[in-house]
Amino acid sequence: MAVGTLRRAPLKRSKPWPETWVAAAFVAPAALVIFLVVVVPLARAAWMSLFDIELTRPGVEPFVGLGNYLTQLTSAGFWDSVFKALFFTVVTTVLELSLGVGLAMLMDQPMRLRWVLRSLVILPWALPTIVNALMWRWIDNATYGSLNALLTQVGALHDYVPWLSQDTTAMWMVIIADVWKMTPFCAILILAGLQGIDRELFEAARVDGAGTVAIFRRIILPLLTPIILIVLVLRTMEAFKVFDIIWIMTGGGPASSTQTVAIYAYRTAYQGYDFGQGAALGYLIAIAIMLLAAVYLWLLRRTGTTTS
Amino acid sequence: MSTPASTSVGRVASSTTAPATAPRQPRRRQPITLRRVLRALFIYAGMAIALIVILGPFAWLLISSVADKVDLLARPLSWIPAHISFQRFIDLTIGGSPGDSQAQEFRSALTNSLLIASVTTFVGVSVGTVAAYAFSRFRFPGRGWMILAFMATTMLPPIALLLPLYQIMNTLGLSDTPLALIIIYASFVTPYVVWLMRGYLDTVPRELDDAARVDGCSRLGALWRVILPVSRPGLLSTSLLAFLLAWDEFLYALVVTQTNASKTIPVALNDFIGRYGVDFGRLAAGGVIAAIPPVIIAFVFQRYIVAGLTAGSVKG
Repeated sequence: MAVGTLRRAPLKRSKPWPETWVAAAFVAPAALVIFLVVVVPLARAAWMSLFDIELTRPGVEPFVGLGNYLTQLTSAGFWDSVFKALFFTVVTTVLELSLGVGLAMLMDQPMRLRWVLRSLVILPWALPTIVNALMWRWIDNATYGSLNALLTQVGALHDYVPWLSQDTTAMWMVIIADVWKMTPFCAILILAGLQGIDRELFEAARVDGAGTVAIFRRIILPLLTPIILIVLVLRTMEAFKVFDIIWIMTGGGPASSTQTVAIYAYRTAYQGYDFGQGAALGYLIAIAIMLLAAVYLWLLRRTGTTTS
Repeated sequence: MSTPASTSVGRVASSTTAPATAPRQPRRRQPITLRRVLRALFIYAGMAIALIVILGPFAWLLISSVADKVDLLARPLSWIPAHISFQRFIDLTIGGSPGDSQAQEFRSALTNSLLIASVTTFVGVSVGTVAAYAFSRFRFPGRGWMILAFMATTMLPPIALLLPLYQIMNTLGLSDTPLALIIIYASFVTPYVVWLMRGYLDTVPRELDDAARVDGCSRLGALWRVILPVSRPGLLSTSLLAFLLAWDEFLYALVVTQTNASKTIPVALNDFIGRYGVDFGRLAAGGVIAAIPPVIIAFVFQRYIVAGLTAGSVKG
């Protein structure tokens, strides 16, 4: 179009951009952020994982192909950390979901002072992860901890127990801390699902002679399945990459008894100064989580709880 | 693209926080039977246990933060401290001796965290909302694929991006600056914003856009002048959750920060665990201070937080 074409009537608006262009312009900033801070580093990590990069030996970075991956996939330490992460994931998810359903049911009961519980329940979730971890580290302390004090004062324990520094209890203490923080999150979501159930169903079932247990099993649980599945997905994917709470409470120890796969990767990279192996480990964790996501997506589609 | 429930942020907000004193339906009074008494007993016992478990650990953190060291280290432990002092809070925030490097670190961490979390929220919510508007209103090639890509980034384990980001920040000379963390956090806040705001904007009638366009607004003008003002509840939910995410982050901060110039609260608290024993009283006080912003947000804006969580997961 030539410069100064003012022939068209001024009333007529300039031709709008095609929708695709407008959309592209709107999405561009977000896409740029993601590209620069996620896609570029991911590509770089893929590249790094193919080299033997050790910070203790600068300048010498031989290409090893898939060597780093093979080293990890055949190392006992790696698989041990995978099983630790799986154990943590399965136990916390099962506990958080079942306690979450119970807590949600409780919050749904008509009773006086229900609002107290409903408003206070968010507290553990709101506490920063680090504060939660430090708090439990203090509670579980071997010499001054309040858990030891409580258990000895009620007579359940004779001597103080070093909860976090013996390998039989350390993982369970971390699990308790995580369950304490995240059960309210599950309960809040499940409560929302519970409130979506038509109350008349209960009345009808009661008229038909169904007891409380039967109503729970035959009506409530099936209707809650979609939200429970979603919470299950959210929690397992988070739990498998757990780092903060374990790092603060035990640092992965004693020995490697709470060393989940993210802790193992961090230790390999930043305490072993082995960036090549660290990058490969990061990829292995990412691949595992994406596989999990794919399985879940398939499962959700199959049960009719479709997501986009 | 079908979503299971029509849960909009606004609707959840109104339904989950229905006051306990909502008008009850007239109900015939049932006779007091043993069964009903037992049931009430069961429910109230459950509530009591839940409250004790929820409040107990946090109460102990509060007590530890003000209790005298002698009380904290006593055996057998005295649950109610004999001496109470708020000195630790004063030391960590406004007072403290000049030689107290730990308190100085904590103070600068507090400012850093506030700065980083606020700027991250602003950047993430602006960039993400504009993108969410496009996903909600326009049909364009690659739309579904892009939404999926945004969501996939939220699943990535931070540990996979840690090493390259650490190196890139070093190369750019950004290591140990608040800007580095703002850039990193913006990248993981943005997809959540896109997700939540798209869900919210889908519930805002398209007729509003059309009306604004007829009145001569550009597309951006329609978003700014008409759509955003009516989306305030959704924006509030999303911003609060974004702020909490940034306030909470630890792993990247642990690697990218080195000095008081950029250390955030989680890193400063981690530093309290010294090599030679821990002052648990001070640690508890620091923890309480760090918990104040998120806890206030959670209680004051509870309905928005719950709405955001529910919308985010039900649609996710």
